[in-house]
Amino acid sequence: MNAPLAPARPSRISLAVRDSNTMLRRNLLHARRYPSMTLNLLLTPIMLLLLFVYIFGDVMSAGIGGGGADRSDYVAYIVPGLLLMTIGSTVIGAAISVSMDMTEGLIARFRTMAVYRGSLLIGHVVGSVLQVLASLVLVGAVAVAIGFRSTDATALEWLAAFGLLVLFALAMTWIAVGMGMASPNPEAASNMAMPLILLPLISSAFIPADTMPGWFQPIAEYQPFTPAIETLRGLLLGTEIGHNGWLAIVWCVGLTALGYRWSTALFNRDPR
Amino acid sequence: MTTTTSHSLAIAAKGLRKAYGDKTVLDGIDLAVPAGTVFALLGPNGAGKTTAVKILSTLIGADADDLHVGGHDLAADPQAVRAAIGVTGQFSAVDGLITGEENMLLMAGLHHLSRSEGRRVAAELLERFDLTEAAKKPASTYSGGMKRRLDIAMTLVGDPRIIFLDEPTTGLDPRSRHTMWGIIRELVTGGVTVFLTTQYLEEADELADRIAVLNDGRIAAEGTAKELKRLIPGGHVRLRFTDPAAYRSAATALREAARDDDALTLQIPSDGSQRELRAILDWLDTAGVTADELTVHTPDLDDVFFALTGDTTATHQPEETVR
Repeated sequence: MNAPLAPARPSRISLAVRDSNTMLRRNLLHARRYPSMTLNLLLTPIMLLLLFVYIFGDVMSAGIGGGGADRSDYVAYIVPGLLLMTIGSTVIGAAISVSMDMTEGLIARFRTMAVYRGSLLIGHVVGSVLQVLASLVLVGAVAVAIGFRSTDATALEWLAAFGLLVLFALAMTWIAVGMGMASPNPEAASNMAMPLILLPLISSAFIPADTMPGWFQPIAEYQPFTPAIETLRGLLLGTEIGHNGWLAIVWCVGLTALGYRWSTALFNRDPR
Repeated sequence: MTTTTSHSLAIAAKGLRKAYGDKTVLDGIDLAVPAGTVFALLGPNGAGKTTAVKILSTLIGADADDLHVGGHDLAADPQAVRAAIGVTGQFSAVDGLITGEENMLLMAGLHHLSRSEGRRVAAELLERFDLTEAAKKPASTYSGGMKRRLDIAMTLVGDPRIIFLDEPTTGLDPRSRHTMWGIIRELVTGGVTVFLTTQYLEEADELADRIAVLNDGRIAAEGTAKELKRLIPGGHVRLRFTDPAAYRSAATALREAARDDDALTLQIPSDGSQRELRAILDWLDTAGVTADELTVHTPDLDDVFFALTGDTTATHQPEETVR
């Protein structure tokens, strides 16, 4: 009726990129039109940052660096953890919006169109990672405003820190997308994704893992957040990274692969 | 010639089956829809209509199939089928968070139209479906009828040759329903094949070239509206009484009427024409019968199902149960 003949059939890859980009634009439009959800998710890390620094700061700082530390040392100590917590909390939005998509008729429309199958999920993942980066800039700005400074991090270390944040955001997003796919409705998705914001509380984000009860230390040390926090801390503040660097990368790659397999398996299942 | 036949068929299904666990939803149905025609799948809730649409539109797989849509094998080349079809499901498939126009542009993007072409097509369709004024408003604020129109407009962006409409008028008010009928008729004049499902005999009658009656996962009958109507028993006049004594005396006087002793009603077969009604009224007068309520009952879907399936659980008592 109105469309002209389609141009020469594009290759599979250019089709995939094009469709994913269209889906990404839709997600960014949602985020821009309804910023309140992203901002709500940002409240938790920012509140915790201010709470721990200004209310609990004097006591908390006494517990790090073998005494002698003051509040500004504690700001430096908790910012890396809060940046990673920001990732965990922002991706909850991805779980919710994936679940919203799956419960609406729109998903049936997408599935019956000749679009690249993975484009919907890829659009969500890339959109979520971009949202995470925007959130990190905001939380980072608050951190700098209350006195966070990195200690002589080189350009390469900054780059590595950025790479780690992106990798961690990717891993958390794929897990969140899987949670969104597995949930019957957006409320359930939001509940299911809660651990992503609770895990940092039992990591080395606020207090060193070796100050926790002995039986709990292995859990705190080897859960996904602690190695990433320790690595970021090392990159920005020059503390010892040790085996945490490798652990962080293994966690990121492993969670990305797991989340990807989980999400796509759920997506390719016949809908009821 | 089998080849030419299959070419002129937009939808060809043989032995379409689907079961969930031990519950058989579609029990081997055959469908043949010639290109450029409207085909209606008529049936009550739970008959398997939506499942048939879901399978034919590549949303879910069938258990055993020889299915071709737009000349493409559903199992072997679903993407080619998808490129040929447009689907408007039973549930609104619009993105409520963005505007009507943005929904249209999203479709244009997914159909790989250029930016200017996409804008042109979107504007044209919004205009055609009377949505230009609401184009800049979020789709979540649209009324049911507007959402359904946007839904169909989105389906048309890719210029599909075969369109599936799953209960396109369910939940619409009478005016929106007539608007929708007009839209569907317009589609057909453009040479598009339309496969629609409906619970309403009237709707199938209005729109479809051929109708298949689906009941309990099987095709109970198939044909043109005229052919199907021949299968339907005529209507009847129903007399309702409030006084049991009056009912009993009327029942004795009108021996030909079918009785329903519990409801105190009598049914007299009638085609609902003026002449027959007058004859019945004269007869009632001569017999001295005065009913509290007289209603003329024209054939409806219940009658079709009763006629086609002999389903005794239907609300109407068959004539043979006169006691």
